Amino acid sequence: MTASPDGLVMAELTNVVKRFDLRHTRSIKEYIVWWATGRRGQLSDEFNALDNVSFTVTQGESIALLGFNGSGKSTTLKLVSGVMLPDSGSVRVRGRIAGLIEVGAGMHPDLTGRENVYLNGAILGLSEQQVNERFDSIVAFSGIEKFIDTEVKFYSSGMYMRLAFAVAVHTDPDLFLVDEVLAVGDEPFQRKCIARMKQLRAAGQTLMVVSHDLELIKDICERGIVLEHGRVVLDAPIAEAVDFLRSTMSD
Amino acid sequence: MATNDVELADQPLRHPGHSAGLLELFKWRFLLNLLVKKELRVRYRGSVLGMIWSYVKPAVQLMVYYVAMGQFLGLGRAIPGYVVYLFSGMVMINFFNEILSNTTRSIIFNAPLVGKIYLPRELFPVSSVWVAFVHVVPQIVVLIVGALLMGWRPGIMNIVGGVAALLVIGMFALGIGLAFAAFDVYFRDAENLVELLMMVAIWVSPVFYQWHMVADVLPKWLFTVYQTNPLAMGVELSHYAFWMPVEGVIAPGQSPADLLPDNVTTVWLLGLLVAVLSLVLGQVIFHRLEGKFAQEL
Repeated sequence: MTASPDGLVMAELTNVVKRFDLRHTRSIKEYIVWWATGRRGQLSDEFNALDNVSFTVTQGESIALLGFNGSGKSTTLKLVSGVMLPDSGSVRVRGRIAGLIEVGAGMHPDLTGRENVYLNGAILGLSEQQVNERFDSIVAFSGIEKFIDTEVKFYSSGMYMRLAFAVAVHTDPDLFLVDEVLAVGDEPFQRKCIARMKQLRAAGQTLMVVSHDLELIKDICERGIVLEHGRVVLDAPIAEAVDFLRSTMSD
Repeated sequence: MATNDVELADQPLRHPGHSAGLLELFKWRFLLNLLVKKELRVRYRGSVLGMIWSYVKPAVQLMVYYVAMGQFLGLGRAIPGYVVYLFSGMVMINFFNEILSNTTRSIIFNAPLVGKIYLPRELFPVSSVWVAFVHVVPQIVVLIVGALLMGWRPGIMNIVGGVAALLVIGMFALGIGLAFAAFDVYFRDAENLVELLMMVAIWVSPVFYQWHMVADVLPKWLFTVYQTNPLAMGVELSHYAFWMPVEGVIAPGQSPADLLPDNVTTVWLLGLLVAVLSLVLGQVIFHRLEGKFAQEL
């Protein structure tokens, strides 16, 4: 399936502004002292993580968010997922959103692999029946059948990531968000991850990807949005966006 | 599989990160159930006795209070069936305290999840309430066994009273807990405040003493305020459920109504109202503050 410009809108950001304040104080006492002494000085510094960002994602598109550290890529994903809310402008989405925002955020070391599959599946929005149906496929993908009833704290970090990744790629959301973790584990498993991402892409899965691995991104995404200090500086086909980013890098 | 295309096109665009709060949790009961299991597992990791601790702690607590309050201070001689009187109140306060301390830490405790994946955040405080409930059940079992040994013969209304006690305490504690869970994200001082509240809880309800001892001392209006606090109501309901049906508590020719204050219907309705209002207010505060959880954590 190829994305058409007039396809179904899956996510729409309109003039989105997101401000962060770097608060210096952490206790009520300091706050009261500051307040009672005439509120002199700044308790916090503010900066705009996103400044007037607008773009639309249509069904079947695979979009890469590109930019250097601190350009606002991850913040954009967090706004789309609903973890954060915009300070002004609007974010609207359609359908179920899930993703690899951070592999393993929902994993708990004291639970077994099996229990973690259920917990993670539920966190990513699957029903009990859906987890049941996909369980074997998830375990097979992770390749850790032997250890599935072992507590996750005894896993190597690679096994841990493989299981988390396996759950995430089986959630099959309407909009799939991927932050930095396109591939985990050893070389063979990484290839498997990438193959799976391409497979999702070919099946018409709508994707939003953040990664610094430009070659990989060129392979998986078709459109690139370049962010710089929270502003969109380019929204173009992926090859063009990657070239643009590389040219700013050499400046 | 993903929502199919026809259905998807019918779905309107929505603003992510907004939920109906507590009202939406029914849809999430599968996850809620798993979160409760996880919390119980984590609580007892590396512990040999595990859940047995939920029996040991209240048993020791009961013994200490029974000796100190019942014998040294002589309350046991003035109140028939004092052990049951004491424990039926303590169970409710333990329930309240457990909910309050669990809920207050629930968002901080689940920070990795709250900061990375969007879920209705009320899931975490509510799962804490269930965990507290799992812990209060063994205590209720002990209470019932003890009461039976002392000749507990409850009617249907007594059972209803016991359930109502748990509901009132549960709503009140969840309401306060939701607010403090949200405050805790911004100021860790919230946990100290909650500890203070927990210390006070057992004294602002008739756990050790009887309500008429308060009525004798306080001006009438202040006594009414005391009575309408949901803790006093929950404890008194628990007395009605577990203590009053014990043999010898109600003197021959008397009825349970003789052991309750005259205005009991009014103050219990008010107490229920306070509990419901605290839940609504807690939800509103939580909802207003949750927008910035992810960036504050």
